[in-house]
Amino acid sequence: MRFMLLFSRQGKLRLQKWYTAVSEKEKKKLGRELMQIVLGRKPKMCSFLEWKDLKIVYKRYASLYFCCAIEDQDNELLTLELIHRYVELLDKYFGSVCELDIIFNFEKAYFILDEFLMGGEIQDTSKKNVLKAIEQADLMQEDDESPRSVLEEMGLA
Amino acid sequence: MSRVGKSKEAEIKRINKELANIRSKFKGDKALDGYSKKKYVCKLLFIFLLGHDIDFGHMEAVNLLSSNKYTEKQIGYLFISVLVNSNSELIRLINNAIKNDLASRNPIFMCLALHCIANVGSREMAEAFASEIPKILVAGDTMDSVKQSAALCLLRLYKTSPDLVPMGEWTSRVVHLLNDQHLGVVTAATSLITCLSKKNPDEFKTCVSLAVSRLSRIVSSASTDLQDYTYYFVPAPWLSVKLLRLLQCYPPPEDTAVKGRLIECMETILNKAQEPPKSKKVQHSNAKNAILFEAISLIIHYDSEPNLLVRACNQLGQFLQHRETNLRYLALESMCLLAGSEFSHEAVKTHIETVINALKTERDVSVRQRAADLLYAMCDRTNAPQIVAEMLSYLETADYSIREEIVLKVAILAEKYAVDYTWYVDTILNLIRIAGDYVSEEVWYRVIQIVINRDDVQGYAAKTVFEALQAPACHENMVKVGGYILGEFGNLIAGDPRSSPLVQFNLLHSKFHLCSVPTRALLLSSYIKFVNLFPETKTTIQDVLRSDSQLRNSDVELQQRAVEYLKLSSIASTDVLATVLEEMPPFPERESSILAKLKKKKGPGTVTDMEEGKKEQTEVNGGVEPAVNASTVSTPSPSADLLGLKSAPAGGGSLLVDVFSDAVPATGALAPGSEDNFSRSLDLPGESPASLLVDATLGADTVTTVPAAGSEDPALPVPDADDLLNKFVCKNNGVLFENQLLQIGIKSEYRQNLGRMYLFFGNKTSVQFLNFTLNVSCPGELQNELNIQAKPVEPIVEGGAQVQQVINIECLSDFTEAPLLNIQFRYGGTVQNITLKLPITVNKFFQPTEMASEDFFQRWKQLSSPQQEAQKIFKANHPMDTEVTKAKLIGFGSALLQDVDPNRDNFVGAGVIHTKSIQVGCLLRLEPNSQAQMYRLTLRTSKEAVSKRLCALLSQQF
Repeated sequence: MRFMLLFSRQGKLRLQKWYTAVSEKEKKKLGRELMQIVLGRKPKMCSFLEWKDLKIVYKRYASLYFCCAIEDQDNELLTLELIHRYVELLDKYFGSVCELDIIFNFEKAYFILDEFLMGGEIQDTSKKNVLKAIEQADLMQEDDESPRSVLEEMGLA
Repeated sequence: MSRVGKSKEAEIKRINKELANIRSKFKGDKALDGYSKKKYVCKLLFIFLLGHDIDFGHMEAVNLLSSNKYTEKQIGYLFISVLVNSNSELIRLINNAIKNDLASRNPIFMCLALHCIANVGSREMAEAFASEIPKILVAGDTMDSVKQSAALCLLRLYKTSPDLVPMGEWTSRVVHLLNDQHLGVVTAATSLITCLSKKNPDEFKTCVSLAVSRLSRIVSSASTDLQDYTYYFVPAPWLSVKLLRLLQCYPPPEDTAVKGRLIECMETILNKAQEPPKSKKVQHSNAKNAILFEAISLIIHYDSEPNLLVRACNQLGQFLQHRETNLRYLALESMCLLAGSEFSHEAVKTHIETVINALKTERDVSVRQRAADLLYAMCDRTNAPQIVAEMLSYLETADYSIREEIVLKVAILAEKYAVDYTWYVDTILNLIRIAGDYVSEEVWYRVIQIVINRDDVQGYAAKTVFEALQAPACHENMVKVGGYILGEFGNLIAGDPRSSPLVQFNLLHSKFHLCSVPTRALLLSSYIKFVNLFPETKTTIQDVLRSDSQLRNSDVELQQRAVEYLKLSSIASTDVLATVLEEMPPFPERESSILAKLKKKKGPGTVTDMEEGKKEQTEVNGGVEPAVNASTVSTPSPSADLLGLKSAPAGGGSLLVDVFSDAVPATGALAPGSEDNFSRSLDLPGESPASLLVDATLGADTVTTVPAAGSEDPALPVPDADDLLNKFVCKNNGVLFENQLLQIGIKSEYRQNLGRMYLFFGNKTSVQFLNFTLNVSCPGELQNELNIQAKPVEPIVEGGAQVQQVINIECLSDFTEAPLLNIQFRYGGTVQNITLKLPITVNKFFQPTEMASEDFFQRWKQLSSPQQEAQKIFKANHPMDTEVTKAKLIGFGSALLQDVDPNRDNFVGAGVIHTKSIQVGCLLRLEPNSQAQMYRLTLRTSKEAVSKRLCALLSQQF
């Protein structure tokens, strides 16, 4: 996989993960272009499309679009399920996840993704194993100090 | 913050306030504790992710890495992996922390470090850790979770810098991870092994039997066996797909037992597709079908099991009518590949009605596109008329985005399967009628070429274009084809009074004023052909040519044609006319370039294999030909000049050839002044032996013709790198390098001790360059003398496209060597590797200094010690021309001082070389001796090395 983007129906980027070196400017440009294309598609359309030299696989969950750019040899259907598995992981961790969870706990969303995918390849498909790793980390955090969302402190939560 | 961001301004204001606050915390006198540091770094990250630039906080993040509190470390790593792309300085700083964490034996810390390495994934990272990670991966006591991370981390490093990952004893142990107990480890290892196998198939071939047995165990397992690795009742779908993908790196297993087991797996997978679903959830069917599609890919890859191929085709046939759009899309795509196999081609053809229906009724353009691809792939002689007719009718309503592609496909199919050439002519004219705007030059060139080469169709073609031109509004491409064909074969229909010569002429001329210049030029050539074909039209045509709108046309090409044709028609005897305007000789048969164009549009791999093979062959042939046409950027494929114009016999009848060579846009080379302006000799190329009419366009042709420089074999380093360097001493722009694949142009500008260089890399082929990487290095001492920053470029250069790299240069002190530019990319199957010297020389940092005669000689005397002077006496290599010499000296960068030297033949110059550390004043004097054809060059500067270097550089220029 080359990259994964999460964005809202309003075209706000909520999470981005790039698995190849891309300059910031280019990232912004690609993100904008892709959001425009995906947001312009109708609900019943196919979840796959060809874009530049990549295959795009996307799926909408509530107000959020999950969008993966994969390479020619990658399997489209399984990429859809990879997205689904990530949503399940988020859901399990946050307990019925919503867009705000991802905004306000962005670092957790990244950590979970990192446990699940690495360098664009799937690391472990077992939901249990991934969540175990995250929970272990959280336990260490409890030891450290009381967890407070950074954003709470910014008066945003 | 999203709520605050009611307006963009408010958000920015809020952010700036917050940034100022964080900055003051970081800069404050009080040292921050770990918790606060973490908090602020995390805030910065959040702000960055909102899309704002962050230019501080990196150091604080780096500090967090060495914290022994997990959350602090974790935020530090997150910040680094999100914000650091390849900022090498920062990477050096974090390397230490990563090393410590890798050695910590704390699995959680180790995983964080491995993630960071993989997330940054740069070459520096590979240099530091590529040899370490394999050890972690295969060590007996490594935890499973660390093994997984290590495998994928290594994969990432291998992808960016394969040369830095040492192969060795660990490779065989990695293969055995396929047998590991832990399915997560197997999943991660399979990805790594697949990538390694692609590049070193022999070294890893033992993985085939291991992969087969693993796959077989999964496929035959009950859905509950694999516990958490079962996904919606499908056992280990990710691992299954990865194993099937790994097997596609190899040919079918030779061992019959292994092969038997594998075929059994595939049969099981195909059987399962027919079983009722274990769940109604889409996740279940997606996972199951993902495996099925991957198995079908493997079956197609092997292309040796007719039974499986036909079964696969039947399965996909069911999907073609499935209610899930995604499945229909994938089935169409997969079937395209099956159509290329001799075993399943016929089976694919049975679905033609369904596919045609999909083309007409699918609501999603990307699905319709797949249907068009499949129709193209399944087309053969038996169904070509039906498929072409369907595509033509689809074209009338097709989406704009895919029209050009459909046009190309129709044109190719019509030609490839034409038994009856009248059908072919009709089809192409229909194409122009329906979608004239999307008919590219290649397509209409091709129909003309075929008509000229086949005399059985010429009369029909003339009649058909004549009829087509009757339409009150017809497309300009129709006028082009009509003009050309009637000019050649109008006589074949002139017997019919309804299409008598004068009627034909009037018909063509009625379109003239609505057409663009190139078409008008073509029509003028058709007119002069008419003069020869039909003497009775001569006076009418002469009148037209003589009119002010022709003879005094503001377009020089049209005017010239009118003048010359008029003259030709009045002074040449009928014999001469007949010879000059003879019918076009047949074109040499060659591969259609429409195919190349289609392939370029679609990217490699989508045109069926057979054609690809053919195409590559022609490219090779084309590549061997001398590179005559240097306007490669606009017409990248060597075979793009479809009509073989450049190699066509230049007989007396080459008149109409001009029409075409004219139509090729004269975009020329990448940068103006690609030839060496100074050394260009003044003698013109010998007069062309071709007819006088050819001369009309000689200008345009020669401008675009630049001989290809560089070596024959692009993989070798360029031997004359120093010559290339010398070429740019006195100028900043031009073509640095060119071979059959690649052209590199340079533009650069310098001010004081800073410079910026733009490098333009043009892909001259029609095929993508993959893994395109550029590396600028300063060998030895030079790294302390020059500071060079090169921005990264995209790893893929499309066929015919150009990428640009910007290099920023800072001169720290004077220098002698030149930086090296290494270019690597994959073209076709091979890696190309080119190393060049970048033409950055110390004189680029000259600022000219004006001074009067007295000042000059006073300073000249001050710099009289032997170390300060460098002198060279040398023979002139170029004609000794005063103006040229002046231009070169100015280009060199120093001021050219007038009235300073008592001897007016001598040249003197002065300037200051700016570097960051010092400024070096330079004086120079060049004394030509035209009798002896010699020069004496003297440089005096305050620094010995500079005097020597400038003297060496400048003495090569005359």
